[in-house]
Formats: sequence, structure tokens, C-alpha cells
Amino acid sequence: MDNILEVENIEKRYGDLVANRDVNLAVRQGEIHAVMGENGAGKSTLMAILFGMIRPSAGTVRLRGKPVQFASTLDAISARIGMVHQAFKLFPSLTVWENIVFGAEPVRGALLDRKAARERVAALARTHHLDVDPDAVVGKLPIGMQQRVEILKALYRDAEILILDEPTAVLAPAERDGLLKIMRELAASGKTLLFVTHKLNEVMAVSDRVTVMRRGEVTDRMVTADTTAAAIIRAMTGREVSHEVVKPATARGRPLLEIDRLMVGNAAKPALDAVSFAVHAGEIVGIAGVAGNGQAELVDAVTGRRVIDGGTLTIAGTRANDLSLRERRGLGMAIVPEDRHDVGSVAGMPAYVNMSMGKHRAPPLSRRGLIDRAAMRRHAETLIQRFGVAIQGPDTRVGTLSGGNLQKLIVAREFDHQAPVLLVEQPTRGVDVGAIEYIHRVLVDERSAGRAVLLISSELPELLALCDRILVLYEGRIVRELAASQTDEKEIGFYMAGGKGA
Amino acid sequence: MIDLISPFLIYSAIQAATPLLLAAMAGVFCSRVGVFNMALEGQMLVGAFVAVAAGYFTHNAYAGIAAAMVGTMVFSVILAAGSTWFRGNPVVLCIGMNLLASGMTAYFLRLVFGVSGTFTNPAIPLIPRLSLPGLAALGPWGAVLNNQTAVTYVSWLIVVLCTILLFRTPIGLRIRGAGENPEAAVALGVDVDKLQFATVVVSGALVGLGGAQLSLGAVTLFSEDMTAGRGWIALVAIMLARDNPVGAALACLLFGLTDALGLRLQSFGLPNQIATILPYVITLVALVAFAKRKRQLA
Repeated sequence: MDNILEVENIEKRYGDLVANRDVNLAVRQGEIHAVMGENGAGKSTLMAILFGMIRPSAGTVRLRGKPVQFASTLDAISARIGMVHQAFKLFPSLTVWENIVFGAEPVRGALLDRKAARERVAALARTHHLDVDPDAVVGKLPIGMQQRVEILKALYRDAEILILDEPTAVLAPAERDGLLKIMRELAASGKTLLFVTHKLNEVMAVSDRVTVMRRGEVTDRMVTADTTAAAIIRAMTGREVSHEVVKPATARGRPLLEIDRLMVGNAAKPALDAVSFAVHAGEIVGIAGVAGNGQAELVDAVTGRRVIDGGTLTIAGTRANDLSLRERRGLGMAIVPEDRHDVGSVAGMPAYVNMSMGKHRAPPLSRRGLIDRAAMRRHAETLIQRFGVAIQGPDTRVGTLSGGNLQKLIVAREFDHQAPVLLVEQPTRGVDVGAIEYIHRVLVDERSAGRAVLLISSELPELLALCDRILVLYEGRIVRELAASQTDEKEIGFYMAGGKGA
Repeated sequence: MIDLISPFLIYSAIQAATPLLLAAMAGVFCSRVGVFNMALEGQMLVGAFVAVAAGYFTHNAYAGIAAAMVGTMVFSVILAAGSTWFRGNPVVLCIGMNLLASGMTAYFLRLVFGVSGTFTNPAIPLIPRLSLPGLAALGPWGAVLNNQTAVTYVSWLIVVLCTILLFRTPIGLRIRGAGENPEAAVALGVDVDKLQFATVVVSGALVGLGGAQLSLGAVTLFSEDMTAGRGWIALVAIMLARDNPVGAALACLLFGLTDALGLRLQSFGLPNQIATILPYVITLVALVAFAKRKRQLA
């Protein structure tokens, strides 16, 4: 088989920082080629070079045997390379066909040829089994559908090579399986796919070959069928990482977070419909569900961002329905939010401020109503060390951190409260393998220390590994409670999709 | 009441709506392309002044109109270049432009014509009114649409053209997309800075045309700050219509009606001051009503 794309000795420097060093990559026509690596390994830089977003400092890119140099993404597009970015670049208020033909519109005279545009989009969708309504407004489509629009955009521009940058990070499990199927079909129809990810199971499931990167360099190249997950992890991290979570036996204590017949939303179609459960000291309870089945409302109700319309919420024995979030935290609850950028941290502020938030009102971090910056810095330094956050120092602004490190910082701040109740939302989304391992370990440690942990996650393996019990939310109701040790992904997925138990 | 709602009232409403309408079309395009244009007031004032000045020297109303359009386009470069290549904040730029327009027209009024306050002169031409024979035959209600200035007829044609341009052409699609997600538009090869610059400058011609109608359409004079909030009302119309040209045009017609109604009520003995605030009160009521409806929808 011929190599359609070859990267030879690519190097990219930003001052002293080397983002890519001596990178070589060979991609064959019609294969799914995974590019793996932890955050900051240089995958994104390499893809940005291939798509003409940045220029390499040295090295050659060969396309179909000929060296190419892209001055912009337009050059890459005309060389029939397409890219689906992790953050979609769509126009939410425009229709699917408008999004797809944008910038390369079919015309009749001076006017848009709407009929031709629609037909071409529909035909393209049919050919590639990307079922989507050309007249739907993109902003109203689910994320998985929006991603199909992005793929169609590239195909409309005759892309032969498709770069998918962490495409599954934003998807629910069912959507992810749909995407993997689409990827296989695209490859079977002769397209070449570059699949950037740090999710092992997806690489094992779908890719033909793997190139692994670490710290800007390629550390290994493997044929997927001939390798193991452990070998890939070793190449990514440079060490052995245990994927197994060891959960010591704990005695289940008294209930610390109690939710009784909780109602949220209007009576006709409640977002949460009489949800009842309790999380006891020394256990991790997981919430599984396809996005949009009430998880967000549950978190909002528990954290006080949304009014509780019925039922009771009890935190550490005290009714908390009408308390503010500050009062609820005062009862003994710490929160690791899903959106670590907008909710969990203040990007423009230094680490010591971010790590002191919530403790800044009382001694030792403030005295007589005035903030003690020196004490905050000391506090931050202690936490940075204890939780192993890779950061220059307490004065570094947190907006510069990678997803995994920012998450470690937030986890450090929240767990330091030693609150009896922990509400943890999507703790490892977009986080690399090393940080996942770490976060999982501290969550289990908290459980051992007798905390009550409520874990909301879209990663079923994570729920299975960490939880004692898993509750499945479907259309605002808890449809099933499963013991994590006696269930599997298939069973959870069945109930997530609205399946009825025997 | 019969006397109040007369054909003449509607005639005046259409006449009063013309400058609003033109400014609103310009504002719709700017808003769609992603440059929120709060300088409509200042642009219109510049247009009104240039129209009077050029009309006075050439004795030709159409020369006045042409000069107003070109002059306002030149003035619009401040916003067009400032918000694109110089990455300025459009709000700050627009506040500056409004203040500049007010001061600059007053300054040139004194410098060129030696007067302050109001300048009027027989040499200033009136935009000719077109008499359409078919309409005259329809009696007094037909006359509502008759004998308006050419600018008024053209302005409604422009509403139709703007709607087609925005929703049925490739450039319109790009304008809508560039405003909503500039990064995505750039990724697809659209030069957003260039598109924004061109949109702001070209749409400036429409506001200039509106200004010319204001100073040469019903009257033939220029007075300091004679736009009297019309640019802002056009902005309200845009927001009420959520950047839809036809909706904005209808909102402008409503505001034109309140304007005419205020004047009409004066002749019924309503104090002058109350008559002048009427359009603004109705605007506020419309805004509140709209905000309520929007909240219900959300």
C-alpha cells in the first residue's frame, strides 16, 4: 500500500519550547491511523501543521509523494485535507446545508442555488450514510449530528484525508459508537482518517495503526492488531500505568447526602421526576445516563443553581432546599464541576487565588476582613505539591494549564475542604491517562476516608471502576439501580437507552 | 378620531419612516456581519449636512443625495476600519462617531455658512415628489402613497433588495455566517475583516440617503442635531425585529406613525412637549412588551 501522507523530521519551536521534535509519520491510503498521546504531547501541533494552521520550523510534509507547504488552511483544503475540530466551527442559526456549502456555494445567476445545494448535501449524506436533514437548524441538533455536519463540510470540499481531533470527547456513548461506525465506513470507501485521541478503547476498536507521541516526539509506531493497550500506555506515559482501580473494602456509614422525591421543572414534563436516593459515608454512587436525561438538573438542584420544585434535599442531616450554595457548602459539600473553565476556575487569575476560593473568607487566608496573600501563596504551594499539579508556581495564571492539570488544581482545592459530601461531575473528561489514574486514585482515597461521593460521568468504564452503586437516569427518573460489581457496560447502556427491566 | 386618522396622517407616517427605514437596513447588515453599529445617529447627521451643503452649491437635489451617500460612506470608514483592522471596540468607536458628527456638523455649519443653529436658504433644493397617476385616481386614500419623494419609493425597494441579498445570495450567507461565528467563516476561506469593512462602508450609503431625505425631503434646511434620535430609533427597530429587514421596516413604519401622530396631536391642542416625547414613550412600551414576550419564549 502507498503512503498518501508522509511527515519527515518535522520540528516546531516556540522560542525555547519545542512542541514537535523530529516527528515522522506515515499514513497509508484508506487506513484509520490513530495519533495518541497525553495532553501536551504535540498531537495538536502536528495536526495544525498538517492542516496549514501553523508552519513547521523545519521538516517536510509529503502528500501523495510530493512535498507540500501550506500557507493557510485553504491550501490544505484545496489539497483535499479536511479537519473536524474538537470545538466545532459551525453557524448555529444557519441550516445544515447552509453550513456545508458556506464559502463554496452553488449559484444560479447572482442568487444562491438553494435547490442544487440541498440536493448535493442530501446526496453526499446518502453516499456516506451520514443521515442528517439538510434543512435542520444546526444549533438545534444534538452534538453527534453537529459533528456529522462537520464531517460533511469536509467531504463537500472533496476531502480525501480527514483529520479528527478528539472527536469522541464531546459525545455520549451511543453517539460515540455511531461515529466509530461512520469512521469505519469512510475508511472502507477509500478515505484516509487521522484519528487524534487519548482514549485507548477507541483506538483498539477502530484504528489500523497507531503512532504514539510523548513530549513532542514520536515514541512508538504500532499495528493495532499486534499490540496491546498496556504497550500503548507505556509508550504514551513512559511508565507503567495501572488502569485497574483498587478499591479497598469500606464500611458503609450513615447517609450524608439524601435526596427524597426531588422534583425539578414544570409538572407537565419535569426535568427530574420524584428522584430519590441517598449517598452514604464511604461509598461512591454513580449517575449514568445519556446527556439531557436530568443529570444537569440534578447537579443544579443539589448545588442550588436551580430551584427545587418538590421533595427534599438533605446534606449531612440538614434540610438544604432553600439554602444558598455557600450555606450548602458550609454544611459540608465540595463540588468538582463539569465545566472546569467557566465554573471551576477563573482563567485570568493566578493559581493561588483559584486555590484559595471558598476558604478566602476565614483565617488563616484572611484576617479582619482583609485577604492575606502570603498565606494564600503558602496554601497554594502546599496543595500544588501534595496533588502534583504541574504548574510553574502559585502566581501562574490557570488559563495556561492543560485540562488535566487544571482538573488536578480544582480537585486539590475541593478535596482540601475535607467536606463529607463530594459532588464530582465528569472528573476525567478531556484529561490524559496519567491524570485520570491520579484522579481515580484520590477519589477512592476519599471514599476510604469516609466521604460520600456522588459521581456523574458519561464514561461507563469509569463508573464501573469507581462506584459501589450506579443509578441510571432516563427522562428525569431513576429507572434502575445497579451494583457496580455485578453489571457491565452493556446492561447500563440498555437502561440508559430506556430499556425496561425484567 | 375620524379627523385624527386621516390619509394625511398616513402620508406623513410614510414620509417620517423613510430615514428610519434606510438607517435600519444599514444597521441590520452591520449587525448581521458582526459589527454592532450604534453610530447610525451620527452617520445620518453627516448625511443630512452633506446633502444640504452639496444641494446648496449645486442647486441639484440629486447631487445632494449622491454627495450625502458618498460623504457618509467616508465617515463610516472610522467604524469599518476601526473595528476590523485596528481591533477597536465598536461601542467606543460609535460613541466617538456620534459625538464627532454632532460637533463636526455644527463646526462646518458655522465655518461654511456662517450660521449656528439652523441654516436655511432658498438655494437648497427640495427632493422632487413623484406623482403617480394611477394612485391619484384612487382618491384620498390612494394619495397616501402618492407624491412621496423618490427616496421614499426607493427605500421600500431597498427593503426588498436587502431581504433578497441577505437570504438568497452567497454574499448574504457569508454576511450572516461571518457575524455569527467569524472563526468558522475564516476557516472556510472567507476574509471576515474585508467583508465587515465592505458591509459597514456600503451600508453607510444607505444611512446617508436617509440623512438626505431628512434634510431635503420634507424640509430644506439643516439644523444642529436635527436627527433628534432617529438613528437610535432605527437601532431599536433592528433589535425589535432581531435583525430581520422586513420586520425592522415594519417597526420603522410604526415609529414613523407615532412621529406623525405626535405632530398631528399638536394641532389638536396637545402640548408640544408631550407630542415630541410620544414616539419615545411608544418605543419604550414596545421594548418592554417585546422583552416580556421574549422571556415567555425562553
